[in-house]
Amino acid sequence: MTARVLVIAEHDGVKLNASTAKCVRCALGIADAEVTIAVLAADGAAVAAQAAQIADVARVLRADRPENAHALAAVLAPQIAQLAGPYTHVFGPSTTFGKDLMPRVAALIDAPQLSDIMAAESATRFRRPTYAGNAIVTVEVDAGTKVVATVRTASFEAAPAGGSASVETATVDVTLPTHTRFVGVSAASSDRPDLQSASRVVSGGRALGSAENFSIIFGLADRLGAAVGASRAAVDAGFAASDLQVGQTGKIIAPELYVAIGISGAIQHLTGIKDARTIVAINKDAEAPIFEVADVGLVGDLFTIVPELEKLLTA
Amino acid sequence: MKRILVCVKRVIDFNVRVRVKPDGSGVVTDGVKLSLNPFDEIALEEALRIRERGGAQEVVAVTIGAADCQQQLRTALAMGADRGIHVVHDGGVEPIVAARVFLKLIEKEQPFLVILGKQAIDDDNNQTGQMLAALWQRPQATFASKIELTDTTARVTREVDAGLETLEVDLPAVVTTDLRLNEPRYVKLPDIMKAKKKPLDSLSPADLGVSAGARVKLVKTVPPAQRQKGVMVKDARELVAALRQRGVL
Ligand SMILES: Cc1cc2nc3c(=O)[nH]c(=O)nc-3n(C[C@H](O)[C@H](O)[C@H](O)COP(=O)(O)OP(=O)(O)OC[C@H]3O[C@@H](n4cnc5c(N)ncnc54)[C@H](O)[C@@H]3O)c2cc1C
Repeated sequence: MTARVLVIAEHDGVKLNASTAKCVRCALGIADAEVTIAVLAADGAAVAAQAAQIADVARVLRADRPENAHALAAVLAPQIAQLAGPYTHVFGPSTTFGKDLMPRVAALIDAPQLSDIMAAESATRFRRPTYAGNAIVTVEVDAGTKVVATVRTASFEAAPAGGSASVETATVDVTLPTHTRFVGVSAASSDRPDLQSASRVVSGGRALGSAENFSIIFGLADRLGAAVGASRAAVDAGFAASDLQVGQTGKIIAPELYVAIGISGAIQHLTGIKDARTIVAINKDAEAPIFEVADVGLVGDLFTIVPELEKLLTA
Repeated sequence: MKRILVCVKRVIDFNVRVRVKPDGSGVVTDGVKLSLNPFDEIALEEALRIRERGGAQEVVAVTIGAADCQQQLRTALAMGADRGIHVVHDGGVEPIVAARVFLKLIEKEQPFLVILGKQAIDDDNNQTGQMLAALWQRPQATFASKIELTDTTARVTREVDAGLETLEVDLPAVVTTDLRLNEPRYVKLPDIMKAKKKPLDSLSPADLGVSAGARVKLVKTVPPAQRQKGVMVKDARELVAALRQRGVL
């Protein structure tokens, strides 16, 4: 039986998020999978066109409704539940968008959800992390069970471009609730690379001591063309914005280079960086657990090392 | 009565280094410290603060779990919940089952607000609150870092990938908590004594007409791939050289 996978596109109304192509890659890991991308938007023309360019996608479904201007789970879920009818699998990214939305879809169609899947071994067998990544489980559902899943984006490369799928208009005929209203979003708009997709990330921890001191992390990141991340302790203390938190309950990332500065390496933090290619740790405590996972470690005071690094990288 | 329902789960304490059993059947739980899921403590703390400001009259803590989970429910009562409901069930329950159980309790208790942690740090599923909201056909505001209530609405600030998003939802509604919502209080000894006298109901999923059957089968559990041990360098210059050598700079 062919697996028919419906991938829910994440986008901001204009641009398709890179997480979508990663979901496609995950879905194509299932033998004989046929992948459809659903774009729910107020006006999905631009996003659907981008989705159609992902290689090996069979078709793009475009469901336009004015209510879709903001990604509200309560509004999107009933539409996806209706679209899901002919599909065997419904995938979304394990970003805050997908984490919020997909369980609501699963409950509406009475399907089990598998969160953060790292691999689709078959149409019915999947691998996912539990206990902050300390235990990887293989789970299975009966053949014929419809599966909803969120895809751990750090585990997959984006599917390449080069496709030319047809874009079909989907009419979704459901009454949408008005009990949930978008008020606003405050994004710390920045020209820096996006933490989730950046190839380099520089992160600071509690050791930075203040929001003011944290600026040296931004300085070094700018030198490296890197995104900025933070530990929970740094976010809790107000040194860095919450969307910079890396870890079990923040963002799970897989950059080429991750530089952890003044971060001890708690398991909750490490699970967010396990797939980074090279991890650098700078910490004054030689016993800090971060050194157990670091590819390159340097014991010392960050307040002398970081300025030195900046100088060396400028020269 | 203006009531808040808070759903709490017992999990392996966040400080424990979780180990996988050699036979791959799960993780070691013998002799391991168990605690309330940290996100659920935040949920309970928020409910208590709302009650203390006069925004609610009663906070009911609910848990699903084995008989000895009563201990964690008592902790919730010691923190300040007015009463507890223990749905006794051995073994795990899938999020959809938990959501069905909570829905039945909602029908009985008629809360205006249900608060849960955004995820339990054992299965890391991050599903139950959203599923409950779907089954209840009510709004959800997940990953909350701030909740402002009026008589009929909640304005919730959410921690999302792009920053902070604000939603307005009609009550009743489901809210799931993120780390920055509050800092839970410590339980004091006299409160533990007082909690022993607070009402605690026990019932089973079957009493509520919910089947606890599982659809996701655990095939095996393995430890994560280990990273290779790296090198130590002695100063910034060596660090840059090491990175150049690896081709990452
Ligand atoms: C439910 C739950 C979820 C969590 N989720 C996350 C998560 O997603 N992400 C996350 O990061 N954490 C998370 N945590 C928190 C985690 O357990 C740790 O508390 C946190 O990661 C510690 O942050 P830190 O390393 O910055 O601080 P600390 O552990 O305090 O470490 C600071 C480090 O800085 C070093 N240092 C101090 N001064 C200097 C100096 N001058 N130069 C160099 N080094 C210095 C110290 O040696 C120390 O190693 C979670 C915890 C819980 C309970």
